[in-house]
This record gives sequence, C-alpha cells and structure tokens, in this order.
Amino acid sequence: MKTLYKNIVLLVATAVLFASCSSDDNTTDYNSEENPITEKYLVYESIDEGLEWHVYSENKELEVGYNEFFVTIKEVETENYLQNVTIDWMPMMYMHGMAHSAPYSNLSNAENPKVYQGYVVFQMAGNNEEYWELDISYSVDGKSVERSIPIDVVQPLDGMVKTQSFVGNDEQNYVLAYVAPTKPEVATNYMLAVLYKMDDMHNFSIVENYIIALDPRMPGMGNHSSPNNKDLEYNSDTGFYEGKLSMTMTGYWRLNLQLLNTDGQVLKGEEITEEHPNSSLYFELEF
Amino acid sequence: MIQSKQKPCFGLVMLWVLFHINHIHAQQRPDSLKPVSLKEVILISKDNSYIKQSKPLSSLDALLESSKNVDMIKRGAYAWEPTMHGMTSERLALTIDGMHIFEACTDKMDPITSYVDSPNLAEAQVGSGQQAAEFGNSIGGGINLQLNRTGFASLGWTGSVETGYETNNKMRVFGGRTSYSSTDFYFDATASFRKASNYKAGGNKEVLFSPFTKYNASFNLGWKLSEGKSLHASMIFDEAKDVGYPALTMDVSLARAFIGSLSYEQEKLWDIFTNWESKLYFNNIKHVMDDTTRPNVPIHMDMPGWSDTYGFYSKTNLVKDTHQFLFKIDGYYNRALAEMTMYPVDPNEALMFMYTWPDVRTTNLGLFVEDRIFFTDSYLDLSIRGSYHNNYVADEFGLNSNKIFHPDMQQSKTRFLKSLSAKYYNNLGDFQWNASVAYGERAPSVSEGYGFFLFNSFDNYDYIGSPDLKNEASAEASVSISFSKPRFEVTADANFFHIYNYIIGVPIPDVSPMAHGADGVKMYENLSYAQILHTSLSARYFLSDAFTINWQVAYYKGQDNERENLPLISPISFKSSLVFVKNLYNASLTMQGAGTQSKFNPKYGESETDAYTIFSADFGKYIFFDNNNLLVKVGVENIFDKEYSTYNDWSNIPRMGRNFYVNLTFSF
Repeated sequence: MKTLYKNIVLLVATAVLFASCSSDDNTTDYNSEENPITEKYLVYESIDEGLEWHVYSENKELEVGYNEFFVTIKEVETENYLQNVTIDWMPMMYMHGMAHSAPYSNLSNAENPKVYQGYVVFQMAGNNEEYWELDISYSVDGKSVERSIPIDVVQPLDGMVKTQSFVGNDEQNYVLAYVAPTKPEVATNYMLAVLYKMDDMHNFSIVENYIIALDPRMPGMGNHSSPNNKDLEYNSDTGFYEGKLSMTMTGYWRLNLQLLNTDGQVLKGEEITEEHPNSSLYFELEF
Repeated sequence: MIQSKQKPCFGLVMLWVLFHINHIHAQQRPDSLKPVSLKEVILISKDNSYIKQSKPLSSLDALLESSKNVDMIKRGAYAWEPTMHGMTSERLALTIDGMHIFEACTDKMDPITSYVDSPNLAEAQVGSGQQAAEFGNSIGGGINLQLNRTGFASLGWTGSVETGYETNNKMRVFGGRTSYSSTDFYFDATASFRKASNYKAGGNKEVLFSPFTKYNASFNLGWKLSEGKSLHASMIFDEAKDVGYPALTMDVSLARAFIGSLSYEQEKLWDIFTNWESKLYFNNIKHVMDDTTRPNVPIHMDMPGWSDTYGFYSKTNLVKDTHQFLFKIDGYYNRALAEMTMYPVDPNEALMFMYTWPDVRTTNLGLFVEDRIFFTDSYLDLSIRGSYHNNYVADEFGLNSNKIFHPDMQQSKTRFLKSLSAKYYNNLGDFQWNASVAYGERAPSVSEGYGFFLFNSFDNYDYIGSPDLKNEASAEASVSISFSKPRFEVTADANFFHIYNYIIGVPIPDVSPMAHGADGVKMYENLSYAQILHTSLSARYFLSDAFTINWQVAYYKGQDNERENLPLISPISFKSSLVFVKNLYNASLTMQGAGTQSKFNPKYGESETDAYTIFSADFGKYIFFDNNNLLVKVGVENIFDKEYSTYNDWSNIPRMGRNFYVNLTFSF
C-alpha cells in the first residue's frame, strides 16, 4: 500500500511539473521586456538617440520578388516598444549613373502595435557594381533617425520566376509579383499577388480592379492543368490580388497568366492552346 | 468409414456445379428438412470431384469462370477480375472464409481472388444478388471462398504433391499439401508455385508483358478444447512477382498478402443456438505497380498501394419448429492508401507526387438475420441486413487533394445500408422452381468515393471519385425453373436488376487529364437508374451411365436510364460439352463461344468484339498403388488455335491460343 501512495504522489508531482512547464511555454510575447518579433531574420540593428531599433525580414535571404519587412523601435530607458511612430522608408537601387526605386507598401503597425510591417518588390538582384539600399527615417520626440541600409538581394534560390516587370499593350510599365501561397500544397491554394504600375523611376502605384487570369500547367506532364482555379481579382481592403490556385500533385508548375484591364482588354500574356503551350506572363512554382 | 479416407469415391458422382441438383439431393435424404445450400457451390479441392475438373491445377480464376453466374475480366494471364450479372467487384461482396479483403490496387489489378490459390480452398460459394447478403453489402451478388480445412477427422498423416506444365506460356506448377488430423487436433500446410512466360494468342502471336510468378503457402490449425468446442487458426501468405498486364500500361513488381484468422466454434450455445462460430481476422496487402520493364514510357511512375483490413464476425443458427434462423453480426475496418510518384524527364525537377487513394478508413458494422421457413415440398427464405458504413479520410494531404474537386466535402461520411430478400423454393416432383424478390444497397467503393486521377486504360479516361455519391440501390427479381427426369434435366433462369443511383464515370468537360494521351477526365456520378437482365438456359442429357451432354446458353442486357448500353455486358454466349466418366477414367470435349458483341458502348471505350467458338478436350485417369493414387490429366485448350477475344478482355487483348497441358497429382 505504501508504494502505491508513493507512486500516486510521484504521479501528481510529475503532473504538476509538466503543467507548470507548459504554462511557461505559453507565456505571451507581448510584455514590455519580450521581443514581439520571433522567427524572423535580422537585417539590421542599431541604437541611436536612446532608441534601439531592428529591421527584420520574413525570409533569410532577400530575393528578387515580394519580401516582407518588420521594424521594431524600443526605448532603451523604459524598455518599451514604441507604438505610434511614423516610419518612412523607400527601397533604392543604385546602378551606373542612375538610381531607381521599387514597388513597396507603407510600414503599418495595424496588426501588432509594436511591429511596423511592410513589403518591397525587388525587380532585380544586386551585384558588385549595382546594389540595393533601404532608406529608413523616423522621429521620436523631436529626435530623428535616418539611415540608408545596404542590403543584398539575390535571385530566387529555387530558381523560380516569381516576379514579372513588363511593358503592357498600353505602353505602361508594370511589376507583378507572386505573394502566396508561400507553402504551396496539393490542394486548392489561396493565391495572392501584387500589381504595380511604374509612374516614374521613383514612384510606383498599385493598379486597382484589373484581372489576372490564371492557368496553371505542368509542362513535364503534357501541360496538364488543374480544375477549380479562380482568376485573381483586386481586393481594395488589402491591396492584393486574390484568387484560387489548384495543384493536383507536387512538382514543377508554370502558372500562366494574362493581365486584363478594367475593360477586359489583355495587356500582357496569351491564352494557352495546343499551338501556344505557354504564356509570356507567368510565375513558376516547384514543391 | 474406410471410404472417407481421402480417397475418391466414384460411386457418388458429384456434379461439379451443384446448384440445380440440390433438390435431387434433398429428395434422397431421409430428412427432407435438411438445409440446402442457398448458393451455387463450385468445388475446388474436394477429392471426389477432382477427376471431374478438366484441369485440377488450373488457377482459381479458371475454376470460378466455370460458374454460370461468374465471368472473368482479363487484363492479362493473371489476376482476373470476377464479375456477376455483368457487375464488377465494387458491386459484389467478395470474401475469403467470411473475411472481408479489399484490393490494394487502384486499377483493379489485384482482385482478392488473386491472393489465394486452389490448394487453399475447398469451395467457392456463389450467391446471386441479395442471396449473398450474408457475406456483405452488394448489388450483384457475392463469392465466398471457403478454406480447405481437414477438420477433426482422425485421418493421421495424409498429403499430396502436384505438378503441371502448360505448353503455351511454359507455365510450371508445383504444389503440395500435407495434413495431420486426429479427433482433437488437425494441421494442414500447403504450398504452391506457378511461373509462366509470355503467352501466345491464336496464330502463335506472342502477347508481350504477360508473364507471372506466384508463390502461395497456407497453414491451418485446429484444437478441440472439449466436446463441441474448438479453436481454429489459419494463415495464408501469397506473393506474386513480375506480373505482366499486357492490356495495361503498367505491370506489377509485387503483390503480397498476409491473411490470418482465429476462430472459436461451439456446437451449442445456451441450449437454443447451434453452430456458434466467431472469428477475428486481419489481412494486409501490398501492391506495387511498376513500368520499368516497359519501353518508351513517356514518364516513369511508381504506384504502390496498401490495403489493411481488421474484422470479425459471429454467427449462429437457431432451429425452432419449421423455422431455421441464421444470426450474424460482422464488422471490419479497412485502411486503403495508394500513391503515385512520377519521375520528370528533367532530373533536376522536383518529383511529382499525389495520393490516388487518400488513406481512406472504412468502418462497417452489420447485422444479418435469415429465416428459412419449411412447408410441405417448399420453403421460404427471408433475410435482412442492416449495416453502418463510415468513410474517413485520414490524410490531410489527400483530403486537400479531394477538395480540389469537392470543396465542400467532409472528412467523414456515414451511411446506413439495408438489404431485404425473400426467396421461395417449390418442389413439385419432376418440376422445381424458385423465385425471389430483393432490395439491397451498397456504399461507393474507395475509388468511386475518393479516387484521384485513376487512369482507366479501357476507356482512356482519368477517374475522380465523388465522396457524396448517393448509395446505389437495387431492386431485383429472379426466377428459376427446372424440369428433371432420370435421363435429362432442363433449367431456365432469369435475373433482373433495376439499379437506382447507378454509379458510373461521367465525363467532366474542361478538366485536363493527368495520364499522357488520356482523352479526358470522368467523375463518378449517380445515374438515376440502370437495368440489367441476365437469362440462361441449361440442359443436361445422360446418354448412358458414362456419357453426359451439357448445354448452356446465356443472354445479357444492360442499359442505363437513357437506353444506352452499359459497359462490360456479355453478348449471347454458349457452352456445350460431352463428358465421359467411367471407373477410373474421365474425358471431355467442350465447345464454347459467344456471339458478336453488338451492344457495345464506345462511350465506355468498348468496340465490337467478334463472335468466336473454341474447342477443348481433356482426358484423365487415376492410377492406384496400395493406399496411394496418382491422377494424370492431359488436355488441350483452343484446339484450332483460334485468335479471339471476348467482351470482357480489357482493350480486346487476345486470349490464349492452343495450349497443351499435363497435370499430375499424387496423393498419399
């Protein structure tokens, strides 16, 4: 009997121990000491004017295409993350004798007040002579911080085309970038893309209410396609183009696209036929 | 009884297909209320019928084909698929010793009848329509393959070795069986091996990719625990390797099954029930399709499949006044998973992978009750089955794949299946008749419910399952009339099925097929109804004590709701044989054929199949040495080397040309 009691006591003790461990694990990231950013990759960090600030990226490597960035600013003295700062930023590409920007969003802390989030669509990779910089500036209580952060942008590591810069039939310059699914599945995936028009070398604006027609194909399988895809349509709340992408198996997929303006005119890309097995406007996926 | 010692008893010439002479037996018995089999029984390994089989070592497939209710679809020389009344395996209940087993191949290359061999089996019980409801939910009927157990027969050691050779495809067969039995213990062990090369169609045309190799071993054990109580165990291992399927684009590198069971039998239960039998079983099947031996494959594929089943049943009889009841509860849990990996021509590209069966778990629980009510010269069979049937897609990847076609499908789908049947038998002396009406339901098969890009080379379409199909239901009526005199007997049968919510693939436009060169994609859908009629007429004339003439002709008709022909429905077919049996000798001459298949349907990939007639002959003799005997059988099939194919040869692949064979069976 004694051993039985002993065992029960041990059992209860163990249970309590496990329970306390798991409650530790569940501790929220949102208290003032905790860094609100987890599982992101550090791009830049600095302490200026009593402000400790960090720039993170979603992916380890900054690749040509759509990239998400996260900025946090912490007051060193109070260890508080600042929640109502206006941060200006702009990506810049410096080439021989010229410079241009890229499509990018504002940095917004709407999702998490301590994290300023935004994206940039890099149209090209940097190299020894040509390079990207992220210009960031903000002010807190009259103290302003301004920095140009050099960044390395490389071609997509998987070698897939996920960004298209092109001139449409309307003679406009467009940038179309793949956003999601970031982890494609054999399923009907929720697909996102962004579409920008180049107003000049430094200004890009979101194109609204066009249609991006989608026809995913597997060139290695006799141009097999999939059912129940949905063309991408503009969502004015998010600024993204949203659609549905079905993939019936893993492997290499070419997402053939056509860009249609509000009048339904095709500005870029071709319909897929026996004679014309792929469109000049496309993304690539391999998983 | 010395006679019972594993020796052929020639006095009692048991007829191979027993169904229509059951009544004659009943008359001979002192107690005319003795139960008579509901089902047609094909004897496979009962010794006193052995000499009657034209080819004792033929595969189970060939034996099943001899049933007048069973036809076999052929995709090559191996693993034929049984059909009844023009209905294939998803509309049938196929069991081995009462155990549910489900194929592991998405392309039906491994019907469950391919996982046993004739030395394992005593008989095949063939039930037409809802007469097979005891075996499970079905529309067309069922086949139960009964294992060959020696039982507590007190025979000591017995055994046999067998060998055979066939010239056409150089098939070698070796087999053996040894048994020990006493009053409270028995043990059986069998082993067989078959190896065949490519076969040759008529005109000596080699059919490439048609070889096979098959190993089979089985063990049975039984202990009598006390009087009237016994425990039985059985295990079958079957493995086929390098099986060619000339009608398909892929072959099979491995098809392997483990089939095991443990059962408890008790003669009496609570003084009212008799023959109480309960069984626990499992089986595990692995099937690997492979195209590495084929030339010019556009894209190399691996297609393995697995099917594991765990199940039980418990049944018992109750005899009360003129009622004879059978109560049975049964259940099984099956896991079906199949995948396809394709290797891109560009080796740098990622492998292409999909689940063709998305790990579907099927749970089925059923209750079956049958009551046979005896009257003077007649009896009535009433039966009822109710089943709970659930499908659950266990794999998230597979579920998401299915959702591409069916965005609103649920992970789990439950159905209730019902079966009702009434059959009346009447014996008016020379004249016997029976008639039945029945209603039955079935759930869609795994392929019909959850298949994902299953390529069907017959109609050249990829098939997609539909999880929310309605249950298929059948209202059937059958009538059989026999007239028998000492010198002859004539039997006419008719079976009619009106099948509601008939499940069949319907083309879905604008969906791109996966298979190279496929014409499109079909999705399984319910037609509002389809109808199948199967009639046959058979006669037997006893010329003398030794000579018998058998004659049989069958006619089928199958139409959908738009009066279009259903696929795989036989044209008019006939079979006639002259059989000689005298003392230790046996011989037969058989003519078999079919009319032109004019009621084909190109929509399902069918083309017209020409009429044919082929002839076969065999001769057998028993030779005795003391207590041992040797059975020698020689024969020739397709004597005139006719090049032909039948309506159920996949893609009209030609059948075997002239084939000489010899079978030797030595029993001790």
